Amino acid sequence: MSFLSPTRRGFLKGTASLAGATALPNLSYADSHSPLTVGFIYVGPKDDFGYNQAHAEGAAAVKAMEGVVVVEEENVAETIDVQKSMESMINFDEAKLLFPTSFGYFDPHVLEVAPNHPDVRFQHAAGLWTEGMPTNVGSYFGYIGMGQYLNGITAGHATTTKKIGFVAAKPIPQVLLNINSFLLGARQVDPEITCQVIFTGEWSMAVKEAEATNALADAGCDVITCHVDGPKVVMETAAGRDCFVCGYHANQAPLAPEKYLTGAEWNWAGVYTDMVQTVLDGGTIDNFVRGGLADGFIKMSPLGPAVSDAARAQFEATKAEIMAGGFSAIKGPLKDNAGNVIAAEGEGFAEDDIALESMDYLVEGVIGSTS
Amino acid sequence: MLPIGALLAGFAVFSLFLLLQGKSPADFFALVFRAGFGTAFSWENTLSRAAPLLLAALCVALPARLGLVVIGGEGAIVLGGVGAGFAGVLLSGAPAGVALPVMLLAAMLIGALWIGAVGALRHYRGVNETIASLLLAYIAIALMNHLVEGPLRDPASLNKPSTAPLGEALRVGTIPGWDVHWGLAFGVVACVLAWILIDKTTWGFAARIAGGNVRAAQVQSLPVGKLILGFTALGGAFAGMAGFFEVAAVHGSANASLAGGYGYTGILIAFLARHNPLAIIPLAILLAGFEASSGLVQRRMDLPDATVLVLQGFVFMAILMSETLYGRFKVFAPERWRTG
Repeated sequence: MSFLSPTRRGFLKGTASLAGATALPNLSYADSHSPLTVGFIYVGPKDDFGYNQAHAEGAAAVKAMEGVVVVEEENVAETIDVQKSMESMINFDEAKLLFPTSFGYFDPHVLEVAPNHPDVRFQHAAGLWTEGMPTNVGSYFGYIGMGQYLNGITAGHATTTKKIGFVAAKPIPQVLLNINSFLLGARQVDPEITCQVIFTGEWSMAVKEAEATNALADAGCDVITCHVDGPKVVMETAAGRDCFVCGYHANQAPLAPEKYLTGAEWNWAGVYTDMVQTVLDGGTIDNFVRGGLADGFIKMSPLGPAVSDAARAQFEATKAEIMAGGFSAIKGPLKDNAGNVIAAEGEGFAEDDIALESMDYLVEGVIGSTS
Repeated sequence: MLPIGALLAGFAVFSLFLLLQGKSPADFFALVFRAGFGTAFSWENTLSRAAPLLLAALCVALPARLGLVVIGGEGAIVLGGVGAGFAGVLLSGAPAGVALPVMLLAAMLIGALWIGAVGALRHYRGVNETIASLLLAYIAIALMNHLVEGPLRDPASLNKPSTAPLGEALRVGTIPGWDVHWGLAFGVVACVLAWILIDKTTWGFAARIAGGNVRAAQVQSLPVGKLILGFTALGGAFAGMAGFFEVAAVHGSANASLAGGYGYTGILIAFLARHNPLAIIPLAILLAGFEASSGLVQRRMDLPDATVLVLQGFVFMAILMSETLYGRFKVFAPERWRTG
């Protein structure tokens, strides 16, 4: 990054424009004659190897499209900040399509701003759009729990201690589904495997993530994954403790090339270019969009060098089943880890079952508690 | 005058920093002006952000008149917000004319107890108020997380644990004709009241004496203990008020987004204002304008979002360094030249 390495040319360029201070700087994109300005807003840094990077990779794909200008802002808080960032993009950049990508932006911020700008489309990640909400708002998300299920299969083959670990941010439905899916995937390999979970309580708190990872390694877990905004710390710490790792949100293989098994990644590039193309063509995006592996909403990182042939075969076979549709990771007979029945024999929740979006339990075999 | 000089010095150093990045300071300041103060929308953006900062800065400035450096206003903001949110849930059927004042008072009371506790620790136990308030802010955020994810959680708030949403009647609206909520008006009035308290009352006079020399104040049998408790509690009450507006005007429920960092920006503003409540008003607006422009600076100049923080940092350093210059201008006085 050139941020701290000033160049002579850069300095001259800067001083030259200072000298020309009387000339007004170019403050608008008017000369680009762009028909569509698309705005992306992230809650953290764009290069966090995680949630925000996954969205920024989608934005980069949109940037490459014809007739589109992309504007971006990172580290925008889930406060009045995001309301004003959206309105600033509308006012100063004439943005007509916005992607505020953090869950916490939805209610009340997007719902507050959208009615005042009926000609702007607001596409929100992870929100739950329901009838009666503004019609220029849409929400989309993917069944990434299936990715954690596939992660679990590689983990089940890689573990020798039969203990795998999960560093989680908060005990909310999306996170619980990932934890449960990870263990159930591993139990397809060996039903005796257990998964220990540690909640850090924060979406982004590097110190606690490192402590949790070390605690899991100390407890004998030898494959670790996570659901926090930026998995970088977990991946590097776990690999440093000689554990295998499964990625989340984006591809973290570069952080631990030898130890990385695979990862559950968002595929926002495909989703975003499709949505932008729909708007360019004058069409309308559905208000409620969900998709999985088969729909190209999520993808798996390439399998790492430590994945055995047996693991690869089971991984590919299960992936093909998921791609075929209607697959249930959460299926009976299944109890939660307090002994309550979740699903009886023959029952199951397919990936698109809306009941999964209000999950409040950890399944049997997960060591940890939601409260 | 000195703070203005320091502000300009901070700008100058920051301009050098931009030049080293190959970016034009002229472009930067033009963008800051346009996004912070150049259009009607810019003013609404700036003033919306200024509202909590005014109150957060008072939480620093009031104790500072007694010589106490309290930097944990963030804790009073988040807990005040939780108090307001919970009171709103309890009073969900009550008329707004009753419920809103109760929510406001609940928030202010909690804020007053929280920062008042810092004053009490200082006065009765000799605990350093700076450290105590900072650490209490972390405890406050942890407590808020526990409450909104546990006992006070609305079961319907699935992926973002929050207290139950306030009814439409219990939401604080905007000042007519402006897209700026009423927190701004309350913040400005609070600053004026705080100025009257400090500059026009015997209480304020006593506080300034105690802040100047606590021994002298004690010799005059001024109630130093009561002053410390009163001023820290009042500062906390204003921070709690900021929490009330965050919940009732912005979020509509109490949740982890309450920890927005206003308490920390308030420290910078109070120091820039040299703890003068009237000076807080323009400086909070100036700092809010910087933050309002952060987005446009990112988008147009391809500078990272931290740029505005770097600017704030330079300005803060310049202000702190300028403190040592007070009373030293005599070296430039003519008589000095004559005798020297």
